Amino acid sequence: MQRLENAVLSKAKELLESGKVSRVLGWTKGEFCYDVSPCVFNTVDELKNFVYNGFCGANLSKYLINESKKEGKIAVFLKPCDTYSYNQLVKEHRIKVENVYAVGVECQGKFDIEKFYAKGVGFVASVEEGLTEVKVNGETVLNRNDVKLERCLVCNKKHVAGEEIVELNEKLPSDSDRFEMVKKLEAMTADERFAFWKKELSKCIRCNACRNVCPACNCTKCVFDNPNSEVSAKANATSFEEQMFHIIRAFHVAGRCTDCGECSRVCPQNIPLHLLNRKFISDIDKLYGEYQAGEDTTSKGPLTSFTKEDAEPSDAVGGNK
Amino acid sequence: MQEINKERKPLIVAFCCNWCSYAGADLAGSSRLSYPANVKIIRVPCSCRVNPLFILKAFQRGADGVILCGCHPGDCHYTTGNYYTRRRMSLLFSMLDYLGIERERTRVEWVSAAEGAKFSNVMNDFAKTINELGENKRLEDLRCKD
Ligand code: SF4
Ligand code: SF4
Ligand code: FES
Repeated sequence: MQRLENAVLSKAKELLESGKVSRVLGWTKGEFCYDVSPCVFNTVDELKNFVYNGFCGANLSKYLINESKKEGKIAVFLKPCDTYSYNQLVKEHRIKVENVYAVGVECQGKFDIEKFYAKGVGFVASVEEGLTEVKVNGETVLNRNDVKLERCLVCNKKHVAGEEIVELNEKLPSDSDRFEMVKKLEAMTADERFAFWKKELSKCIRCNACRNVCPACNCTKCVFDNPNSEVSAKANATSFEEQMFHIIRAFHVAGRCTDCGECSRVCPQNIPLHLLNRKFISDIDKLYGEYQAGEDTTSKGPLTSFTKEDAEPSDAVGGNK
Repeated sequence: MQEINKERKPLIVAFCCNWCSYAGADLAGSSRLSYPANVKIIRVPCSCRVNPLFILKAFQRGADGVILCGCHPGDCHYTTGNYYTRRRMSLLFSMLDYLGIERERTRVEWVSAAEGAKFSNVMNDFAKTINELGENKRLEDLRCKD
């Protein structure tokens, strides 16, 4: 994977040096190998901190909302799942495409640092990445699937945008079903489901990270920031007051959520937000035909279109028991 | 407090579109057809004006049931508003169900301006369902209730 990082880095250098772009949006080194963060590089010199490894889970597409409106062209590196978010943003006219040079980058699944700890690795100093295995701190060999983010375990996405792609190996396919847990929940009784969600959602501290990171959550003014809406702050009076936030958050991205998995990745409380998004996705698929947001930049979304024959709300309980 | 709660009648909020269902409710009134007094009507320009947040907000504030009434599909004053309502509410109701919140507490009905009798029947039937279900515990917010 070192070779891949070098390939991506030389692409970044080449684009800056040739003057094709004036800035590069990528990931920068942190203190440790696992705390990389998104970064805009303005010069070749700054690229010395450029990094592309298994911890580059952050989806860079949302940064383009602001970055593409600035002077000059910007290059951006997009993993397969990020290209869907990118397309969706282009479709919603949030990005100035003429200012963007999109480059697809190979991805064999990104890591969840917690999973290393769960495997008994106390501190992750270095990770040598192979296609199916990783070597931690030069000694412990782990199966790559055991340390992947949930979203990467079920990912079969291919690049759907980008002027060019930097790829050394073809992406290994996944045979997991992303709706498995949704189906399990649907098969539970209402009381069991209520208990499940109460337990999960009451952990929420309303940090709003899930909203802020989401490329589909891109309104300039958000209902949750309106102090008169009474939904702007975390309340501590009842145990389940967060339902409102969560239902509305998921509803506002229904039909536009690309299932990029960023919300679940950033949640400090490990709330499985993807199970809410995927419920909407699975209902949409069943009721209105299969739809993958971000696959293209022109199709109409399922909630901005209709047919005269649509199911009535009373019949549409989308597979729940 | 306990005493009061025992006497508490379930509260039902009915969002009615201005052009069909609200007129339907009017007709029910002028035809002297009754519907339960605990149904509180909120008039909206079109059924598609109803944002899912309105529905959750009503529950949070103490409603025990929320019903949304609009023109029959194809008859919306704004031509297509209720087709969007239909999709949105299908997804929202399914999501509420997924969260374990009683599915029967929310309903969509199409009531035209000429259907005073239907309006009264729908409301009586919905109120009956809500009365049987009792108080809404799963979507309430104690801060908002007395
Ligand atoms: S990121 Fe997690 S804790 Fe923060 S608001 Fe979202 S669900 Fe709540
Ligand atoms: S809701 Fe979550 S999975 Fe969906 S687009 Fe937003 S961040 Fe990605
Ligand atoms: S005006 Fe009645 S549903 Fe649109």
